[in-house]
Amino acid sequence: MSNPKIEGTDLVKRGLAEMLKGGVIMDVVTADQAKIAEDAGAVAVMALERVPADIRAQGGVARMSDPDLIEQIIKSVSIPVMAKARIGHFVEAQILEALDVDYIDESEVLSPADYVNHIDKWKFKVPFVCGATNLGEALRRLTEGAAMIRSKGEAGTGDVSEAMKHIRTIRGEIAHLSSRSEDELYVAAKELQAPYQLVKEVAATGKLPVVMFVAGGIATPADAALMMQLGADGVFVGSGIFKSGDPAKRAAAIVKATTHFNDPKVVAEASRGLGEAMVGINVNDLPAPHRLAERGW
Amino acid sequence: MTVGVLALQGDVREHINLIDSLGFTSISVKTKNDLDRADALVIPGGESTAISKLLVAFELMESVRQFVRNKPVLGTCAGLILLSDEVDGKLPDQELIGGLPIRVSRNAYGGQTHSFEAEIEISGERENVAFIRAPRILDSGPTRVLATLDGDPVAIQHGKIFGASFHPELTGAKVLHRLFLDAI
Repeated sequence: MSNPKIEGTDLVKRGLAEMLKGGVIMDVVTADQAKIAEDAGAVAVMALERVPADIRAQGGVARMSDPDLIEQIIKSVSIPVMAKARIGHFVEAQILEALDVDYIDESEVLSPADYVNHIDKWKFKVPFVCGATNLGEALRRLTEGAAMIRSKGEAGTGDVSEAMKHIRTIRGEIAHLSSRSEDELYVAAKELQAPYQLVKEVAATGKLPVVMFVAGGIATPADAALMMQLGADGVFVGSGIFKSGDPAKRAAAIVKATTHFNDPKVVAEASRGLGEAMVGINVNDLPAPHRLAERGW
Repeated sequence: MTVGVLALQGDVREHINLIDSLGFTSISVKTKNDLDRADALVIPGGESTAISKLLVAFELMESVRQFVRNKPVLGTCAGLILLSDEVDGKLPDQELIGGLPIRVSRNAYGGQTHSFEAEIEISGERENVAFIRAPRILDSGPTRVLATLDGDPVAIQHGKIFGASFHPELTGAKVLHRLFLDAI
């Protein structure tokens, strides 16, 4: 007797994100960094050629990473490997799927390939995570087939203030939606520029139907615990680890703080003796064209 | 009766919801004190490497091992890996909880694009469950096989320890949890 195995379902795509909850996903640019991340207790790694802080510093067009690099990283670790495709670049996404990555991040950190359309993510067996700065944006990404959301923050800055703004905005908008009467949800859907059915579902359940992580500017154990206390399901740490003085130690400390986010003693202990944090940039000092969070719509 | 769900990392909420729906009281277990309050323990899905590191970092490993020797425990996916005595593809320094005399292989069904849903038969009932980057049970040893998929054991019982390579908690499949809760 053989049971049919059904791959690539919504449940299976969203399911992997459920398994990552309470964990830390770390940006890595080499197989060695990926091993350090895994050893520190990362639940997944994001394979890329340059961390956002370097993309910012070096400028130019940022694209999908070299397949060789992604394959080396896949071979070097046992945890899930994610990789970034440019917004709207469905061929980069096809390549990443062919390389058998576990999740694709359609990311504003890379240069957008399409300023009108995002990728039609329903066409893929591999799941996608997408960034959002507000509820409407999150719901539009879900409509296109995203299986996980990350609030954007401002990548490559080490400044947590935008991450704070985005998670507060999304949660505030969900709470507001839940408080509206049923007959107001049609207009709410119009305002959010999202399908009515999805708006109705979020209003009824008081949460997104997928896992939401926080990203963009998290550099310390305290930053990670802050985001978890605000209701994040987990955190992405980009430049914050490998642009710091002692990456292995900082990575393990952020993992601990993410688990015991509600226990200040554990977070205090995890914060000791980590060496230098990434220097960072204040988001307010960034001219508008250099703000990555404004890419995507 | 209080059922704990190890809440260091993973799909804790789904197990809590399932346990609550079966009429039991559930708690999240993050500390030794939490563990002492539990009459049974679920080790959820998640990343087995991360959960193992956290068990060691927060000095819970020995307490959980002791718990496994005395009280009912259920592990799904990462939980099954951690409860196994022998694991192919684990990190060299990854510590296991152990307790199940079986051999499993991590991610043996393939990467995420090969994750799947399937119907299994367990305790005479057919249920839809999810296999996410699932471990494969290579040798079920002296354990009792509760369910198979294409000839492979996918759910097993050894005394009061239950393990599954799939996630009943993602689809709300209740039978395995019911068997486990009956063991309390």
